[in-house]
Amino acid sequence: MKVLVAVKRVIDYNVKVRVKPDNSDVDLANVKMALNPFCEIAVEEAVRLKESGAASEVVVVSIGPKACQEQIRTALALGADRGIQIETEELPESLSVAKLLAKVVEAEQPGLVILGKQSIDADNNQTGQMLGALLNRPQGTFASEVKIDGDSVNVTREVDGGLQTLNLKLPAIVTTDLRLNEPRYAKLPDIMKAKRKPLDVKTPADLGVDLKNHTRLLKVSAPAERQAGIRVASVDELIDKLKNEAKVL
Amino acid sequence: MAILIIAEHDNSTLKSATLNTVTAASQMGEELHLLVAGEGCAAVAEAAAGVAGVSKVLLADNAAYGRQLAENLSLLVAELGKDYSHVVAPATTTGKNVMPRVAALLDVGQISDIIAVEAADTFERPIYAGNAIATVQSLDAIKVITVRGTAFDAAASTGGSASVDRVSPAHDAGTSAFVSEEMAKSDRPELTAASVVVSGGRGLGNGENFALLESLADKLGGAVGASRAAVDAGFVPNDMQVGQTGKIVAPDIYFAVGISGAIQHLAGMKDSKVIVAINKDEEAPIFQVADYSLVADLFEAVPELESKL
Ligand SMILES: Cc1cc2nc3c(=O)[nH]c(=O)nc-3n(C[C@H](O)[C@H](O)[C@H](O)COP(=O)(O)OP(=O)(O)OC[C@H]3O[C@@H](n4cnc5c(N)ncnc54)[C@H](O)[C@@H]3O)c2cc1C
Repeated sequence: MKVLVAVKRVIDYNVKVRVKPDNSDVDLANVKMALNPFCEIAVEEAVRLKESGAASEVVVVSIGPKACQEQIRTALALGADRGIQIETEELPESLSVAKLLAKVVEAEQPGLVILGKQSIDADNNQTGQMLGALLNRPQGTFASEVKIDGDSVNVTREVDGGLQTLNLKLPAIVTTDLRLNEPRYAKLPDIMKAKRKPLDVKTPADLGVDLKNHTRLLKVSAPAERQAGIRVASVDELIDKLKNEAKVL
Repeated sequence: MAILIIAEHDNSTLKSATLNTVTAASQMGEELHLLVAGEGCAAVAEAAAGVAGVSKVLLADNAAYGRQLAENLSLLVAELGKDYSHVVAPATTTGKNVMPRVAALLDVGQISDIIAVEAADTFERPIYAGNAIATVQSLDAIKVITVRGTAFDAAASTGGSASVDRVSPAHDAGTSAFVSEEMAKSDRPELTAASVVVSGGRGLGNGENFALLESLADKLGGAVGASRAAVDAGFVPNDMQVGQTGKIVAPDIYFAVGISGAIQHLAGMKDSKVIVAINKDEEAPIFQVADYSLVADLFEAVPELESKL
């Protein structure tokens, strides 16, 4: 079984993003970029499936400008076998991403597609589910455990009340939650090896997908900043403030 | 055209997140229809009919929808949704699971997790873990939207008198099946709806120590939450995680105990009315957003606080 993993280049999760003074967008100039943490977990899961013998090949795909090849290389260093970049100038919206991925799935015929549940920039949490609908395949979103079982997969999902386990017929889509696994660190020899792994570049036109915008970004603003509060010296003072100043007790 | 709202429920009770979503939807248009899709969920439809502002309840009672499986539910919602201007659901794990499939089936985009309605086609939503707020306009004829519950007041659960219409389409994609679930049992209020939340982090040291926070929460009628570090370390179950990728809360008082205040955690609680932070490290970033900061060892401060309330 082939596993396809979709990965995205995003701002590093330790960086606090700033809004541009003209409110047109956030400012990503000279900001550290990285593999989206949920995508890293997706790559790790796919590599583990291969190591356990459940998967035969791990293919990673990323959509974006040339710079996203860096994240594809990171995934290759973590153990993926080959990469595909779909070159676009801007980052397309989720539905367009899902349409592009659907074309890759048609060509590659993976038994499982693993994606992060959300990217930490747009926080949309949409692409995997959209891909599932476009391909008419079942989905196990927010996964904390993935177990292949013959021609189906059992996925345990993190849901509001706790955990839910579903059985999905393969081929299927999985989106990762944080507790699915702890990604390994790439070792230097693996990073060197990754440079020689195959990486194909395609365009949306090659795949026959028209990128369409479904939304218009009108403005990006900074959130209301909380006023820094006060230090209380003791539990008694805290109780007094909560009762008499904040009046919440 | 009317607005279709997807009710959040467990086949027996209508969940409060639905009520916040009704309020958000009422700012997008006037005629509100509420879809109750499930199995043996007539009681939910009855409750839904009483929600103020709702003019029609659509009841789809079928085994295919009993577990809210996204594959089946999205086919139903997309079929019904064709005749609406908006299809709106709470941004719960169910809404997040189902709605993007609906959007793709309708060939439209989705606007996730909105916190304000500026116009029928224009919404505000947080991006980058809440470090920026985007104002986005939908260019689609049908707007598919999920709503952050804490950003909208709950609609009154009584006072309405909607009709209940049964809708028949049964869609069973036949590709997914429910196996099992492990739901946390708690007599405390639901985290996202509680007026007091007491959350603990890695500083608690282990799961047993969360009893300290539980007794404080019980005294205040509150819920208990946690940081990701506390969940990852196995102190408490995943459904207690507050943050960018966990639950979003906005109680009257939020106690952050032994939590450092990473941006991903702040994303889930910084809209709380009053934030109290208890941390032994006076440099902890949580103090930058706290209204009341107590630099102290939590193992002394929390029992003292609990005993004096
Ligand atoms: C993609 C991604 C998503 C994430 N999503 C979330 C999320 O949704 N929610 C979330 O919470 N995190 C999330 N995180 C993790 C986040 O970055 C932090 O690692 C996490 O919030 C830290 O948890 P903590 O504050 O409990 O632990 P720490 O940062 O280790 O802080 C523990 C604190 O306890 C204090 N302490 C220790 N002992 C005591 C004592 N005896 N008395 C008083 N204080 C004490 C310490 O001074 C310290 O400040 C995410 C991370 C990533 C990469």
